[in-house]
Amino acid sequence: MGTTSGNTSGIGRRDLVRRAAALGLVTVPAVGALGACATGGGDGDKDGKQAGKGTKSAKNPLAVEEKAPLDVVIFDGGFGQQYAKDAEADYKAAFPGAQIHHTGTQDILTQLQPRFNGGTPPDVIDNSGAKQMDMGTLVAKNQLADLNDLLDAPSFDDPSKKVRDTLRPGVAEMGRFGGKETWVLYYAYTVYGVWYSKTNLAKFDAQYPETWDEMLALCEKAKKKGVAGWTYAGKHPYYLPFSLYPFIAKIGGPEVLTRIDNLEPNAWKDPAVKAAFEAYYELYKKGYVLQGTPGLDHIQSQTAWNEGKALFLPNGSWVENESKKTTPADFRMAVAAPSSLDKNRDKMPFGTIWASGGEPFIVPRNAKNPRGGMELLRIMLGKKSTQNFIKSVSSLTSLNGGTDGLSLPPGLTSCQETLAKAGKNVVNPRIGDWYVALQKEKIGVGALGEMMAGRLTPDEAISKIQRYADETAKDSSVKKYRHV
Amino acid sequence: MQHGKYRFIAGFLVLPLALYAVFVISPFVQSIYYSFTDWTGLSSDLRVTGLDNYRRLWHDDIFWQAVGHNVLLLLVLPLVTLGLGLFFAFMLNVGGRRRKNAAVAGVRGSSLYKVVYFFPQVLSIAIVALLFQFAYNPNSGALNSFLGAIGVDARPEWLGNPHLALWCVTAVMVWSNVGFYVVLFSAGMSSVPRDFYEAALLDGANRLQTFFRITLPLLWDTVQTGWVYMGIMALDSFAVVQIMTVGPGGPDYSTEVLSFYLYTKAFRDGQAGYATAVGVALLIVTMIFAGIVMKLGRRERLEY
Repeated sequence: MGTTSGNTSGIGRRDLVRRAAALGLVTVPAVGALGACATGGGDGDKDGKQAGKGTKSAKNPLAVEEKAPLDVVIFDGGFGQQYAKDAEADYKAAFPGAQIHHTGTQDILTQLQPRFNGGTPPDVIDNSGAKQMDMGTLVAKNQLADLNDLLDAPSFDDPSKKVRDTLRPGVAEMGRFGGKETWVLYYAYTVYGVWYSKTNLAKFDAQYPETWDEMLALCEKAKKKGVAGWTYAGKHPYYLPFSLYPFIAKIGGPEVLTRIDNLEPNAWKDPAVKAAFEAYYELYKKGYVLQGTPGLDHIQSQTAWNEGKALFLPNGSWVENESKKTTPADFRMAVAAPSSLDKNRDKMPFGTIWASGGEPFIVPRNAKNPRGGMELLRIMLGKKSTQNFIKSVSSLTSLNGGTDGLSLPPGLTSCQETLAKAGKNVVNPRIGDWYVALQKEKIGVGALGEMMAGRLTPDEAISKIQRYADETAKDSSVKKYRHV
Repeated sequence: MQHGKYRFIAGFLVLPLALYAVFVISPFVQSIYYSFTDWTGLSSDLRVTGLDNYRRLWHDDIFWQAVGHNVLLLLVLPLVTLGLGLFFAFMLNVGGRRRKNAAVAGVRGSSLYKVVYFFPQVLSIAIVALLFQFAYNPNSGALNSFLGAIGVDARPEWLGNPHLALWCVTAVMVWSNVGFYVVLFSAGMSSVPRDFYEAALLDGANRLQTFFRITLPLLWDTVQTGWVYMGIMALDSFAVVQIMTVGPGGPDYSTEVLSFYLYTKAFRDGQAGYATAVGVALLIVTMIFAGIVMKLGRRERLEY
């Protein structure tokens, strides 16, 4: 390096630099950053800053204090945040004296963690996205308000009906975590299944194949023309369950999924699981999966599917909005339930589908104005807000109906039809909500992704998943839930 | 006299040291405390659980996998990056054909190359990772298109293949860092007196010999600093893993690293206490690394 530093006593320049570098090294690990979000203030509303009760009336059944400010945090993801702003405008109209503070963000966790730790959370949160706060932990640490008050209040449009009775089946139950209290209200309603393009199927003179044999035949036909049967989000293989789990339920009945959710011993060793896994593995074996799929992320796989490189894609109903830019105008997007593996022996009929609530809204227990938070949700569950949501983001809401008089885009229309066809045969596996790590990185990436890339056989994948599930069941640091 | 000198230095350092203590040291101490608790990160209600987190860590296969990957990165990344950096810098400064009036010169156009090598350094690592994610796309990515164009039939899944994924990550980190070291080493080399090279050439040394006998020894301090910084990169590697890899962290944990594992535990699973224990483990790995580098790097210094 440069010129000599001379033979001075004490600290030479290079020594200083070197020591500084050594000190700098020590600061690298992120360990410091964690502690920095320190546990400052205390929990609870000991200082009595919570808003009081307003006057209960027909227009204000939750007795919101009219002038209390409302603090809303919305996940600004696939659905944007405009729908919430519109609902806030309605809130403001009902309570002109209330100041509304709206925050839209993708960083729910990083923004709100300090506020929860400090005991000053907002009044209502759309706790969604990749950086959502762990729901189980919030419940276990008693951070949330019981939304039964909201569910038992008169609904926005029809005071003779409770909010609870206007919701789609299963939505209210989803918000419970093993007790009577409802901690979460899922606002969007998502239909999961096998997504396809009616136009692209028509190129092979085909309709959606209702049996697995027809599915294989169609894939073979497509393969000959250089089109793959299936693709999926290979980098996020936990998209596969969107069609695989209802397929398992269809073959072996919903109780198979219940046992899986409950982490019961040998739940994955059920013959229905094996049958479903083997069917999917056959797609790989026969070369029906788009080449390179294991390296595609969800957007890339959707784009390949939009371009007609593959016919089928396991996904959820947000795909229509998410892939808007790459979807050809005449694509005629549609969703279907899993095909019958064996029409006569499957426990549930064709049409059995996975549908459940999405966009989990919560009201923190220590919020300043929890009643206001619930009132906003009540407004959002009204017909006006619902229609606004459906129109602007093309997804259903948890309000049962609300679509009359609207012209829906093709994918959403198909969701409606599929739900109607499913009738009562709607399953809702909870493993993904209850045990995120198990579902996403262990079952999804660690086993299903490996199997569909041909690196594990179905038997190996099942043993691996069973081992993961057993580990989770034994892990005392993970809170457990059960179907009741 | 010495005493007064230290007091003089300390006088200047009080403020920065105080800031350092408040914003760096104190969170560290706090974190070490949290690693003995069951803190969720979502509520200030926590319990001291003693060594539970560390006991769990000891039996956590994924944690050990992550440690393994970090150690591998720690060995490979500095070696490859610095090796390439030295090679390129040598070519740019000394590797060219001999010209008139100069004993040594770089290859033709070396000043342009210097700028080009530095380009990746200008891009944020997030952008680099995103760009490479496209390049690695098995269907339409640049890499496989290139393979197709030159007539290779293999279509590797790159990030989708557990045997390749970590190497893909390493390659990106090398690519984005090597330019900086080319420039750093170039600066170092240009200050090596030309007469040394002249003398060596007169004695009939070839390029390899000049490199190992003259350039490298005289550059040793710079290389060592580079080694420390690349070590830091290797221990971190969070951004590339988080943005690029399958899962992320996959496929099948093949790209799991400590920093990313810490992040998932703290921010996805609501186990901040356990995550801080992972952080403390990372701290220990870092200290060991720093110790080894300082020890190995101690060499007699050449003054010139």
